[in-house]
Amino acid sequence: MSRVRISLAVAAATLFTLSPAQAQTQVQWWHAMSGPLGEWVNDLAKEYNASQKDYVVIPTFKGTYGETLTAAMAAFRAGNAPDILQVYEVGTATMMAAKGAIKPVGEVMTMGGAKFDAKVYIPAVAGYYTAPNGQMLSLPFNSSTTVFWYNKDAFKAAGMDPNKAPQTWPEVVAAAAKLKASGHKCPFTTSWISWTQLESFSTWHNVLFASLNNGFGGTKARLAFDSPLHIRHFENLANMAKQGLFVYKGRDNKADVTFPSGECAMITGTSGLYSRVSKEAKFAYGTSTLPYYPDVPGAPQNTIIGGASLWVMAGKKPDTYKGVASFFKFLSRPEVQSASHKRTGYLPITTAAYELTDKSGFYKEHPGTDVAVTQMIRKTTDKSRGIRLGNFNQIRTIVDEETEQIWTGKKSAKEALQAAIKRGNEQLVRFQRANKG
Amino acid sequence: MEKRVLFRSPWLPWVLLAPQVAVIGVFFFWPAGQALLQSFQVQDAFGMSTEWVGLDNFKALLADEAYLGSFKVTALFSLLVAGLGILISLALAVFADRIVRAAMVYKTFLIVPYAVAPAVAGVLWIFMFSPTLGVVAYALANLGIEWNYLLDSGHALTLIVMAAVWKQISYNFLFFLAGLQAIPKSLIEAAAIDGAGPWRRFWSIQFPLLSPTTFFLLVINMVYAFFDTFSIIDATTQGGPGQDTMILVYKVYNDGFKNGDLGGSAAQSVILMAIVIALTVVQFRYVEKKVQY
Repeated sequence: MSRVRISLAVAAATLFTLSPAQAQTQVQWWHAMSGPLGEWVNDLAKEYNASQKDYVVIPTFKGTYGETLTAAMAAFRAGNAPDILQVYEVGTATMMAAKGAIKPVGEVMTMGGAKFDAKVYIPAVAGYYTAPNGQMLSLPFNSSTTVFWYNKDAFKAAGMDPNKAPQTWPEVVAAAAKLKASGHKCPFTTSWISWTQLESFSTWHNVLFASLNNGFGGTKARLAFDSPLHIRHFENLANMAKQGLFVYKGRDNKADVTFPSGECAMITGTSGLYSRVSKEAKFAYGTSTLPYYPDVPGAPQNTIIGGASLWVMAGKKPDTYKGVASFFKFLSRPEVQSASHKRTGYLPITTAAYELTDKSGFYKEHPGTDVAVTQMIRKTTDKSRGIRLGNFNQIRTIVDEETEQIWTGKKSAKEALQAAIKRGNEQLVRFQRANKG
Repeated sequence: MEKRVLFRSPWLPWVLLAPQVAVIGVFFFWPAGQALLQSFQVQDAFGMSTEWVGLDNFKALLADEAYLGSFKVTALFSLLVAGLGILISLALAVFADRIVRAAMVYKTFLIVPYAVAPAVAGVLWIFMFSPTLGVVAYALANLGIEWNYLLDSGHALTLIVMAAVWKQISYNFLFFLAGLQAIPKSLIEAAAIDGAGPWRRFWSIQFPLLSPTTFFLLVINMVYAFFDTFSIIDATTQGGPGQDTMILVYKVYNDGFKNGDLGGSAAQSVILMAIVIALTVVQFRYVEKKVQY
């Protein structure tokens, strides 16, 4: 008996101590930012919480992007999804198809009484997260794009002009050969094969990665990256691999570490690598736009974004949505945006934030940091707006698996790309089937 | 006089069984039933729409070359892990059994790896063998051996087999050592007096008497290779290069959890369940007949 009474007392005490906090509405935010980026997320929440009294944003780290999304799916099935969820660009189509699970950001902002103007966002960024009817579905949060990094010291040692980055693929090959001749073991590598060498490569050359405008036209889209240009590019990479000019360093972002460590002299990867390179690299480095083939008409066009956006989950209380709206309004403020951009290397998502950063002289002090932005703010075409495919995560894995066979010499570039398309299309069919409604 | 205690209550046996049944029900039958159910469905990632598709998930799997390839990889991998794991630990146990001085030290060191979590084991091996930052990879490169498990599937398989075997040796070792110590010394001494050398004594006395242990370990190691090696693969190769180290259980995880294809993943786990049940039945029906208790 007495034990029951004690536990009741404890429960009452807990309730009592919690009650002051309950005056504030809690907003749960699941994210996938670790290390210095995790600190950045926590700082944003702290700053917001200190700026007003009605709402408390509680960020929770849930693992990698994939793990965070999976955790949210499981939580949604169990009826306790978070209020805000960070989803990487690969999951965009999945989230868009999950109509009953999400609440469009445009709607949330209106509910919260905040005026929402989709036009203030950089078009290439906002376009990625906008539904065919023009409604913005999620708030761009940390957007990056693919850029080219190179080691200026290594260039100098190989007898090249360190201030002239190779602009085209033939120039990359020539530079790699010179680097190799000067004794460099890893002249060129890349992170995110599918993102840098197929997806961005396609939009950069204004060719389709998948039909129906890369999936923006609906779930009937099928992969199309076996054009003569794509095959030519992978044959080129295969030759580079054979000659030791391109060294494969693994899937996803595994290759990232090899650039700041000095092991590889050139890399195509995310602009978000900035925070790491600026901290770790013990050599002079430069960024430049992605290489292209000069004989392709229309190239270079624009690159597409990576990174993640914030989605609002459905079925929450109106108070919660008001809190979310207030927080999103805070995140969209130019000074918050600009500070984040300078801190992380992620793109500013509003035009005002870009201008503010420009005015502050940041780009002049840190040359190269604007490469990503200028690559992105060009006018997009239907072929280059972005890529929106279901089961995209699987498709990227399939691309990894098939292209690895090129580097091992088991398959030719053409065979591997066609096999990737065949297997990838099976995934698209499955997605179409599961998301009819 | 009747000495046996009789319980005539009809419900008592059920009550006594209940905890076990409840545990098995919650942790085996319920999830297995759910997997079976989901294997006939196609669901969207958030579980809002469900369509019954009959055997379509299974048909898609069996038509998928990558899936069939995964069978070969799994067979090779589990045979290597179970075979090498048992052989090496048997050898170690036989030697440890003979050691007179500082036996405790050897035994302790041999048992330590068992306390290491599989994911940590994977990371440890990565630190040694990663082509970019691995110590062993560096040494191999100096010897002129181009080690790169990212591209060479032979290297990748070697790496995960080494890690998986290393992790399991302690467990096998403990059982073999206990088995060896349970063999009466008089038997071995008698054989020695009859003139049998150490090798002969091992083959004719110790090994046959160890057969129940060996059989038990064979079953356990197969199950281990099928299921528990998951985190080693996740921490090292993640199924690559290509799909050359994509064992069945890793594919279940990859398709279901990373890619949100619950139907296809459930169908895979149903097939996997059938395989393990069949394997265990075969082992108990046929292999066990050769075991002398």
